[in-house]
Amino acid sequence: MIRASHISKQYGDVEAVRDISFEVKEGETLVLLGTSGCGKTTTLKMVNRLIEASSGTIEIDGKNIFTENPEQLRRTIGYVSQNNGLFPHFTVRENIGIVPKLLKWEQSEITRHTDRLLEQLRLPVREFASKYPDELSGGQKQRVAVARALIANPPVLLMDEPFGALDPVTRANLRQEFRELPELKRKTIVLVTHDVQEAFELGDHIAVMDKGKIVQSGTARQLLFNPANSFVSSFFDHQRLFLELNAFTFHDIWDSLPAGEVTGSGAVSANLSLWEGMQQLGAGRNELSVKRENEIRSVSQSIIFQSFNNYKNIR
Amino acid sequence: MTGQQSLWEFVVQQSDKLWSQTVAHVGLTCVSLVIAVMIGLPLGIWIARKDRLAWAVLGIAGVLQTIPSIALLGFLIPALGIGSLPAITALFLYALLPIIRNTYTGIRQVDPAVTEAARALGMNYWQVLFGVELPLALPVILAGVRTAAVINVGVATLAAYIAAGGLGEFIFGGIALNNTNMILAGAIPAALLAILIDQLLALVQKINTRKARLVLVVMPVLMLTLSGFYLIPIAEVKLLGGFTPEFMGREDGYLGLKSKYKLNIPTVVISDAVMYKAAFEKKLDVISGYSTDGRLKAYDLITLEDDQHIFPPYYASPLIRKEILEKYLELQPAIDQLAGQITDSVMTELNYKVDYLKASPEKVATDFLRSRGLFKEPRNGNKGQVRLGSKIFAEQYILISMYKILIEGNTELKTVSRTGLGGTKICFDALANNEIDMYPEYTGTGLLVILKPTPRQIQEVSSDPEKAFAFVQKEFEKEYRMQWLKPIGFNNAYALMMRKEQAQSLHINTITDLKNYLANDQPPH
Repeated sequence: MIRASHISKQYGDVEAVRDISFEVKEGETLVLLGTSGCGKTTTLKMVNRLIEASSGTIEIDGKNIFTENPEQLRRTIGYVSQNNGLFPHFTVRENIGIVPKLLKWEQSEITRHTDRLLEQLRLPVREFASKYPDELSGGQKQRVAVARALIANPPVLLMDEPFGALDPVTRANLRQEFRELPELKRKTIVLVTHDVQEAFELGDHIAVMDKGKIVQSGTARQLLFNPANSFVSSFFDHQRLFLELNAFTFHDIWDSLPAGEVTGSGAVSANLSLWEGMQQLGAGRNELSVKRENEIRSVSQSIIFQSFNNYKNIR
Repeated sequence: MTGQQSLWEFVVQQSDKLWSQTVAHVGLTCVSLVIAVMIGLPLGIWIARKDRLAWAVLGIAGVLQTIPSIALLGFLIPALGIGSLPAITALFLYALLPIIRNTYTGIRQVDPAVTEAARALGMNYWQVLFGVELPLALPVILAGVRTAAVINVGVATLAAYIAAGGLGEFIFGGIALNNTNMILAGAIPAALLAILIDQLLALVQKINTRKARLVLVVMPVLMLTLSGFYLIPIAEVKLLGGFTPEFMGREDGYLGLKSKYKLNIPTVVISDAVMYKAAFEKKLDVISGYSTDGRLKAYDLITLEDDQHIFPPYYASPLIRKEILEKYLELQPAIDQLAGQITDSVMTELNYKVDYLKASPEKVATDFLRSRGLFKEPRNGNKGQVRLGSKIFAEQYILISMYKILIEGNTELKTVSRTGLGGTKICFDALANNEIDMYPEYTGTGLLVILKPTPRQIQEVSSDPEKAFAFVQKEFEKEYRMQWLKPIGFNNAYALMMRKEQAQSLHINTITDLKNYLANDQPPH
């Protein structure tokens, strides 16, 4: 668990971060969302002391990080940056083995862990272990960077726009993979991004930052439907419908859906987001069967829209 | 001895000297390079972190780089004396800039994302420096070391001027003696050495950055080993001789001292410019000077009598192209006005004024001519031009200034001065190639350095100054169409010199005395 209370960072007269407090529960992901220069990266780097906070306290699992040796601290916190930061003179395997080596693991142990992680990240050992970073694609580099951050099994992971340098297709795929990675399931994660979609997809909680302050924090739904001010709502304006449909599942509107029967291609789960349902309907189908336990509902695009609007009005 | 000696014969004959000079050269280069790396590398790393200081440090190193090497040696002699210390210091200063600059650049160009990642992974300052920054900066740093090494191989030739050895001994000796083989025997190995070191470092540089850790170990070991070659001889000596490269190679110099007098004295090679001062400061005991040199008086030195007459007479005369004499008939009478005017003691006095009292050669020349009633205001004519050359020492500057006044005051001709043409070879070649019209030369030099007669001919003429002059005059006219005009009067012969008080306390008056003193003090074989 990470608890930051009243942290600030000053550069001369400029206050990059002003009196920020947040808490990330064990196993949860907090996303710091904001435009460039809002102080989100500074906030992130204060957690592993790449930047020293001017005031305030940060605790990880109850221990004050400012009293720890910064190098020792960082070895227990995974870090992935936008520019991957791979050592160009190290092979993939050497890059991943940096932290274990600092922690003085046995070489055989390092190799075993590295190879397992590489396979999990779809980087076959035989093909990739001895390659150098400049021989990899952007997506592959970022995977190696993630592997390097995860190798020593740190309880906390910090990610600074981890997919920011990738093209949209690679980014979406990697994000998908990332969500399904078993290593990440129990991690306490702080992730920085300016991409709202990414924030909604990966964050349990999202903190919207502006001018060095957290303007509002909460779940995606809270931010969408109860924005604290016009800055927060303006953040979602140009893709509001998409974000809303993404934030709700068929569970939420179940009661207003008409009953139906299983059609030719079977039924989809009610856990699906409305946006995903719309996507399936867009692909040449007029009707979609949705299943929850023993119940079946039959929906079309217009039914989804109607039900969703009803639902919003009731709220 | 008939026919020209080939370069190969020379090299074989002098292989001992060549080897020791090469070893000294490599040693000088490597010692200074190692020190420059040891100081420049940390300095470069440091300023890469303190950007505000970078410009200042790079600026200072840059200024040091622009000081001409001879001048730098000149600055260092008062502080550090002669020998290897000032030589290594000068080379070190030259090697500093490329090393600091490239270290700075190399470290600065390491991707900050990589160093930040290294810190974020929990590496400490030294782990980041040695594990990430230096390996990634290494190709650039090595390029700097390479530049510095090549510069140093070149500049190290100048070490021969201040008794620090190296291939410059042959190069400068050869230039002074008009001996092409000797020049090449020094210059070719120096060039090969530069190429070799450059290629060797290029090879190291090409080694993959990824094997950088290996390079970081091998390089210092290799450099330190090579530095080891330069073992500074610290053997205890009773008297130390310091001779110019020219004197070392001449029959009427060091070679004659060895063959005729059987003189056996440990020697270092040194430039004429710093030799007298080094003797005065007791860094040297016996030097090879010129008998009219003003510094003789300034530094309280005395000349040893040449009791076996190995130094031939060196009467100074203007050496001039015949063509210009025939073209401007009024020229010779003007020049001849100086003939017989200056005796040994007068010349020493004039040299003293320039060398020691720092009067300008022009002023000394003007004052002297006035005192003899020879001075005339320049006529500013424009009938033609006479190009005056001079070697690079005060006496020649003074003589040239006098000829300028005499020519411009007595004829409608103008003069241009090309002073500081180095040694005999450069002056003589300039005259032969019609780049200058005249310069003051000495009969002995003309005889031994340029004409190179047989030993029999030398013996025949060198005992008698008149004969020597007549011989030289005849041969030059025949061979080169150059004319030796009437001697100026003084005899600027070679002489061995010692500090007056030392010579008196050891009762050394002649070269034979010196030889006996040294022979007695040396342990029996």
